[in-house]
This record gives sequence, structure tokens and C-alpha cells, in this order.
Amino acid sequence: MRTALAGATGSGPIAWALIAIVSLALVPWYGIEGGPAAWSALVHGWRGHAWLLPMLAVPVLACCSTGRPWLLVAAGLGGLAWLGVEAFAIGRGQPALGWGALAFAIACLMLAAHGLALRGWCRGDVFTVGAIGLVAGSILVFVGYPVGCILLSAFQDNAGRLDLAAFAAKLTDPSIWGLGCLQGGRSCGIAWNSLAQAVIVGVLTTLLGLAFALVSARTRVRFKPLLRVMSVLPVITPPFVIGLALILLFGRAGMVSNLLRDWFDIPRSRWIYGMPGLTIAQLLAFTPIAYLVLLGVLQGVSPSMEEASQTLRAGRWRTFRLVTWPLIRPGLANAFLIGFIESLADFGNPMMIGGNFRVLSTGVYFAVVGAAVDQGQAAVLAIVLLAFTLGAFVLQRLWTGRRSYVTVTGKGDSGVPATLPPVLRGVCFAAVAPWIVLTVAVYGVILFGGFVEAVGTNNTPTLAYFRTAFAIGRGDHGWFLAGSAWNSLITTLEVAALAMPITAAFGILTAYLLSRQPFAGRSLFEFLTMMSFAIPGTVIGVSYILAFNVAPIELTGTGLIMVIAFVFRNMPVGIRAGLANLSQIDRSLDEASFTLGARSSVTLRRVILPLLRPAVATSMVYAFVRAITSVSAVIFLVSGEYNLATVYIVGRAEYGEYGLAIVYSAVLIAIMVVALLAIQALVGERRIGRRAVAA
Amino acid sequence: MTGMADAVVFDAVTKRYGLVTAVDDVSFTIAPGTLVTLLGPSGCGKTSTLRLIAGLEQPSKGRILIGGADVTHLSAAERDVSMVFQSYALFPHMSVMDNVCYGLRAGGSKRRAAEAMAADKIGAVGLSGFERRLPSELSGGQQQRVAVARAIVLEPKVLLFDEPLSNLDAKLRRRVRDDIRALQQSLRLTVVYVTHDQEEALAVSDRIIVMHRARIVQDGTPRQLYEQPSSRFIADFIGNANLIPITVARDGDFARATLGTMTLRLPHRDVPDGLAELAVRPEAIRIFARAPQPNEIAGTIRKSAYLGSHIEYEVALDGVPGEIFVIDGDVAAPLPPGTAISVAIAPGGATIVAAPGGATVGGAPGGATVGGAAPDQPERQPA
Repeated sequence: MRTALAGATGSGPIAWALIAIVSLALVPWYGIEGGPAAWSALVHGWRGHAWLLPMLAVPVLACCSTGRPWLLVAAGLGGLAWLGVEAFAIGRGQPALGWGALAFAIACLMLAAHGLALRGWCRGDVFTVGAIGLVAGSILVFVGYPVGCILLSAFQDNAGRLDLAAFAAKLTDPSIWGLGCLQGGRSCGIAWNSLAQAVIVGVLTTLLGLAFALVSARTRVRFKPLLRVMSVLPVITPPFVIGLALILLFGRAGMVSNLLRDWFDIPRSRWIYGMPGLTIAQLLAFTPIAYLVLLGVLQGVSPSMEEASQTLRAGRWRTFRLVTWPLIRPGLANAFLIGFIESLADFGNPMMIGGNFRVLSTGVYFAVVGAAVDQGQAAVLAIVLLAFTLGAFVLQRLWTGRRSYVTVTGKGDSGVPATLPPVLRGVCFAAVAPWIVLTVAVYGVILFGGFVEAVGTNNTPTLAYFRTAFAIGRGDHGWFLAGSAWNSLITTLEVAALAMPITAAFGILTAYLLSRQPFAGRSLFEFLTMMSFAIPGTVIGVSYILAFNVAPIELTGTGLIMVIAFVFRNMPVGIRAGLANLSQIDRSLDEASFTLGARSSVTLRRVILPLLRPAVATSMVYAFVRAITSVSAVIFLVSGEYNLATVYIVGRAEYGEYGLAIVYSAVLIAIMVVALLAIQALVGERRIGRRAVAA
Repeated sequence: MTGMADAVVFDAVTKRYGLVTAVDDVSFTIAPGTLVTLLGPSGCGKTSTLRLIAGLEQPSKGRILIGGADVTHLSAAERDVSMVFQSYALFPHMSVMDNVCYGLRAGGSKRRAAEAMAADKIGAVGLSGFERRLPSELSGGQQQRVAVARAIVLEPKVLLFDEPLSNLDAKLRRRVRDDIRALQQSLRLTVVYVTHDQEEALAVSDRIIVMHRARIVQDGTPRQLYEQPSSRFIADFIGNANLIPITVARDGDFARATLGTMTLRLPHRDVPDGLAELAVRPEAIRIFARAPQPNEIAGTIRKSAYLGSHIEYEVALDGVPGEIFVIDGDVAAPLPPGTAISVAIAPGGATIVAAPGGATVGGAPGGATVGGAAPDQPERQPA
């Protein structure tokens, strides 16, 4: 029984060699979307591209490698190396690589994986070696290569020549680092703007999040369900929508501004545009994240510690100050750094409400699409932004890795958490109440503002905006989608639906490799995959334009590039969900499956995946929702043919068509709520009521 | 199944995890159809050895043969070996039938054939009628039997057990232990069994391999291990023995062991003349509430504990540092602490072992060691 299985490994290399032959002989070598030159590599080789012909050696070598695994490794890696060399060195004159090249690369990768597995890598498991190669390779191509391109282009002038002096000049430019505002000048450099903004938002979201968490975990209030709803809201809200709602509330013609003028004669002003408005918007957007982090931390503080403190004659205030507070301090640092990174990476709100207050993420955008296109400038700004976020990310990893006081144990902990000292309780309520009012107002404006003539000034109900966006007309040839929003909405849903399963699959596969397969360089691998989370969307957007605009990989203007951008930006969510879930599944289940003769691929499919349903659901939901709400990366990647909802909304808002923008936002949020519930129902819960095996 | 070849051969196998050596140059062979136990305190390398046989770990050095074939570089899925895990590792989302079928289906059997074979083995472990249950709907003992059925349905060359009784309560433990032994004998299975419980090992094994600090310290039948421990570590670990400092003098095939006023004539077992230790099992020590007779030694009761079937005493011997541990069957007349007594040792329950510092393993220097007091003691199972 087992010998038959062992024999099956022998046929793998032959199959992949056949795939390599097909990819060389039959599949169009160049071009993603076909075209006149859609010939295979063999035909192209015959007709002058002689450098393509040596790749035929790969399947030939693979076929005569029986008993010599190193030959397989050499063939696979050699094929990949030659593909890279000919694509970059010779390739400037040839068209961009296409499906044939992709299939050939995968075949080479798998041949090398077979060879390495036969030589005993990863306990001789082909699937594991191949999966590691596939994940690492695609991260290299779709994260490493673009970021590398940014670094490179920062050192070049716009004609592509190396220019260190210009780089130094750009990097130290006063528009980035100027301190004019301190000496009463006009404005500071945008790096300082970004940093100051991020620090303020980081501190305030942490404090506010703590207040919310304390109210939720340490008091007996009635509105806890409301807090739970609030914590889901930022997930399904495109980030800039908050800025948009703030404009409609507090802008020059805003609802509240009008009321204040009518009732108290307070003149209308533009105070909301700029740092104050941006701060409020980001606070509303990111406080729920800090709340969730700190709620977890607070719930992790074992009530028995606080009870112990009280039995030792400490009052409530003393208990909070000497026991609870030190225990949650590491969590506070973590929440601060998350708020800091989110604020730096935020693009939609600065775009919407920032006014003349420029930050790095918008700076990158205007350097690319502004009047004076300067790729080098964009690259330098992106590098500064990347340095800030990665620095904070590394700090956060070091901090949370080093000290964690979370005191959850496997045992049931049947204590009652201490209630807050009265003063602190009052402070928390005073901080929380206005934000709840503001949040309700913001979402009220978003959901209903699109159905009145003009928010604040003319509250007559109307369906005009909704009709403009989503009208369905009836012409001579039957029904058709007449509304202006349909095109971008359908593209968005298609792209999100395509990206969703790929993102989840990649994330879960990576989590499985990280948690279950020991291999050399695993911690580096983990760091790199998580790092792509800390790369701001604007940086990804710019880097994709730089990397994938010309051969050998040309993707700009296609829908594919958006799918790829979403997959690699959102993959870390899948990884985190997968890792958290996998850590609860006893390793002996995998091992039992192995000793019963099932290989990793079967084990993953039949044992791990069914138990990972919650993680699969989570990563699918996130992949879908984040693909719909994201704006920063894709604003660089959209084309006339493939426009996305968020980009369309930002465009409408820029032209002052607030009604249209807000009605579209409300529809998006409604779609996401439906999708969330649908995926939850579809993927469902695990089929077991509880874990059966005793630990 | 294989007839001639040894079921398992370990040829100078070493396994390192970074700087830690878990298995250090270990060699042994296991004959087909026998039940061999790997016994030792936690962290001694016995589970690593088992996982090396299973293919869940790859050796850093050395060769592993199963049924005569070199499997050193084969993965767990390719080896003809099944394992029953400590946690049972039943797939919680699959029914009993699906769990037992799993290996057959992974090996390419058709569903119908696999289910017929599985039903047979489910019957063999006495769980017919439970095929459609989920593991969470079974008791601990039933789950354990499903794990056994799942392993034996593949008819492996070697069946591995990793502490299979540790999640069962004390009463069930004895029954399951006997069931495993009966199943092994009736199906003539080759079994490698890991435990840290010496009583369990003595009860089920054809042969016991005792490991300590990543090496094999003794390899023999249960009787050999119990009666002729090769070192004070084995004496302490297997027999729970007291280790009392003595002087020995060779006398033909025997040696005269002198302890204060007492002299015993015992097999010398190649222990050199001079200082040595006497390993005495607690139940081989007799105590009398009277003055010492010839060949007895005076002592004092320090502590006593009534355990129903017997009484445990800690006794201080005159002129010997530390205390010895005594099990006395006379529950009718317990002796209170402080009682002056006389102590005799039955020669059948005592063995000479080399003193620490020589070729022995572990143990505190000098002094009588009450079981459990040495620094690298294994944890004891409650009796």
C-alpha cells in the first residue's frame, strides 16, 4: 500500500516536464491579453528570438533525471535563472512576458521542488517545498521587486540615469524636512506634518480607545452592543467616507455650521479643512481599532489579580494604578504604534479633508498625477513614508514580542473584574459620550444624506442622486444600466470577488507553512510576509506603476494588476487569522495524518482546512471588504476601462458632487454588510461543537 | 509479516535540536512480534526516539531500518508505521468510521473496501455501533480505542504508542493496558511503546529499553531490569530502591557487603572492592520494634503514612546519613514516629551497585537516598 504511494512521486517530475514543454511549445509566450504576436516560445525562437531556445533543455534534463535528484534541481533553478536573465538582460527589446512564461516558471519551480524534496528537504515533502517556493517567489515578484524599483528610481533622474546628487537634494529638500512653521513661516515640511499628525492621532486613538475599552470591560453600561457595532464599522467603511461626512457636517455649508450660524450667529469658516478636521476624521476611523486591541488586553488581565490586590487591602484606585495599569501598559504601546502606522498610511482622509495640509501619502500621489510629474520625487517621498511605517512596524514587533503580560490561561478564571474608581469612570464617560454622538451623526449623514437635496441647507427628500448613480433604463434593446456608478461598481465587485479566494488561499497556505513546517529562514519569511502589511497603499501603488509599466512584466491598465495588488496587500490578514486558528489545532492531528500515510497536501485538505473554517471565513470577508474599501493603492492603478468605486467616489467628491458621492458610499456599505453575512453563512462554522481531543 | 528481518533497527542514531542533543548515538534492534518499551524520565529522549521511528523527525546522524529496508530519508507518510498519539489526535470533524478509514483512503483504497476493513477493526476494539459518532461524543477510553483501530487497520510493520494511558483515569488504565497487550499478542504485532511509568512498562513489555539523558542505560527483560539493575539510576527508577552506602569485599563469585553491624553476601556484579552502594527495594526491608539481633542494624522511625493496604515509613539508620523508605505490610500495629527499631534486609531484595562518581549515572553523592530525593529524579506515578 505504502510502496505504491512512494512510486507516485516518480511521476511528478515527468508531469511537470510535460507542462514545461506545453508552455514552451503551445502557449503564447508574450502578452497577457493576446495580440498579433501570440506565438509560443518555440515559434518565437525559430523566428529570431534564439535566446528562448535554451529553455528546452529544462524538460529534457528533467526527463533523464531518474535517480539523480540534483539534476532536477539544476534543471528547475537553471530554467528560472535563464528566464530572469533573458527577460531583463535581453528583454528590453521584446514584448512583456505572458501566460506561457508564467506556466514555464511554475513548472521550473515545481521541478526544482521535486528535486529538493528527493534530496530530503522539508522531510521529503514535495508539496511543502513547492508551496514555500511559490509563496516566497510571488512575494519576491509582487512585493520585493516593486519596492526595489522604487528604491532604484529614487537614485535615477527622470531619464533613467544614475544621479546621486539629485537623490541627496530631493531627500533633504525643505519641502520635506523644512521647519518653517516653528519660526512663524508658512508651513513645515510634509515629513514633519505626517509625523506630527501620526503622533497626535496615535496618542489620541490610544487614549480614546482605552476609555472605550474601560467602559466596555469595567463598567456595567447598557450600550455595550452599540460598542460592538461601532467596532465593526471601520471594517466596512471606506476610510475617506468619514472625512466626507465631516465636511457635510462641519464644512462651510455643513449642517452643523449652518445651525450654529442660525442659532448663535457663529460665522461659517473653513476650520475643518486641514489638520483639525483630519485629526477628527482619523480619530473616528481608527479609534475602533485601538478599542479592539485594548479590549483584548483588558480582558487578558486576569480578574483574580485585581481581586488579589483588593484582598490585600488596596482600594479601587490603588488597584488600578498599581496592578491594572502596569499590566496593560505594553498593550497601550502596541495600540499607539498601530494608530501611528494607520495615520501615516491613510490616504483617503487627507485627500478629502486635508485642504492645504499636505502629508506624505498625498504628497506621493500629487508627485505622480500632479501638474509636474516627477517620479523621482514620488519615489523619495515613498521611501521616507516607508521608512517611518517600517520603523514603527519593527518597533511594534519588538515591543509585543518582548513583553506580554497577557495572563489568560487554559483554566477557567472565575473572578469578577474590579470596577473603575469613580473619578476615572467619570473621565471615561466624558470622553466616550461625545464620540458616540459624533459617530452616530457621521453615519446618519452617510446613510441618509444622499437622499435629501442638500445636507444642511435643503432637507427635502429626493431620489435624484440615487437615480443618477444607479438608474436602470429601458431602451430599444431591453433593460440597460443607465446609472453613472454601475460601471465602477461592477468592476469593483468583480475585482473584489476575484481577489477574495486568491487572497484567502495564499494567506492560509502561508500561515500553514509558517506554523507547521520548519524550514531554514522561516522567521525571515514570516517577517517579510507581515511587513507587506506595513507598506502604505500609496507606496504600493507607485511601486506597481514603476515596476509593471514596461516589459518584462507589463500589467498596468489591466484588471489583473488590481487583483494582484489586493492579494498581496490583504494577504497578511489571512495569515494572521490562519496563524491564530492553527495555534489552537493540536499538532498531533497533522502528525497522525502523516503516520497514516497522508502527505501534506492531503493533510491540509482533509484535516486542516475543515478545522480552519473560521479563519477561512475571516480572511475571505477581509479580502472582499478591504478590496472594496481600499483607495490608496488602486488610485494609481485604475484606468478608463477599469475604474473602481472608491476612486469614482473620491473623484465625485473632489468636484463637489457630495450627494452622488454619499449615496454611492451608502450603497457600498450596504453591499458589504450583505456580503459579510453571506460569506459567514456560506463558509459556516466548524462542524464540531467543541474540540474533541484532550489536550 | 517479515519473518527474517528485524522489525526496527536503530544504527548509531543521533538527533540534535540546535545545541540540544535529544538522542545521542543510540543503537538497538527490535524483533518482529514483540512489544518493546522505551522507558525513562521526561526529557530522556524516548519520545524523540519514537518520533524518529515514525518519521516525524529526521535523524541528524545514523541510519534507521524498518523491516530490513533503509527508511532514514523517507517521510512519515512513506513509512509502514502507524502511531497512537498521547492525545489520540482523532480528527474532530470526522466520524469514527471516517477516522478509521482515513489511512486506507489516503493510500488509495476504494470507499467500500476501506469501510469494510475499518468496520472489522472497529469491531476488534469493541466499538461496533459507534461508527457514526463524532470523537467528541465518545468517552476518553472509547476515543483511545478508536485511535488504536485507526492505527492497526493499516496493518503496519510497526505500531507505535506514545504514552497511550496518560489521559485515562487510574482504574481504566489497567484495563486498557491489558487490552493493548492482548491485541498485540493475538495479532502478533510489533509494538514500540513509550512510557515514563515503570509499573506500566513492567506489566506490558517483552523487553524494556531504559533511556536517560539521550542515551540507553539498560536494555533487558522486565525481570532483568528489576532484579539486576546495571546502575543506581536503574535501581532507583525501576525499583524505587533505597541507595545505602556500603563497603564491599570480593569473596569468590560473591561479595561481602558491610553496612554498620550488618553483613550481606550478594553477587558481586563486577563492582570493585571498597565503597559502593546497596540498592534495596522498600518492600525488602523488615522492621522490628525490638533491640537489634545479629545481622540487623538499629534505627528510628521518623515518619509514617497509613495507606490502607500498607504503611510507608521513613527510617533513620544509626551511623547512616539520610533516611530510607520502607513499605511494611503489617497494618495492624503501626509504629509511631520516634520508635527505636531494628532493621533487617532480605538478600533477595538487595543488589550491589557501583558508588556514584564511578561508571554510574546521576544521583546525589553519598548518603542514603530516599526515592524521589535525587536531583534528576523522574516524576513518580501515584501508586
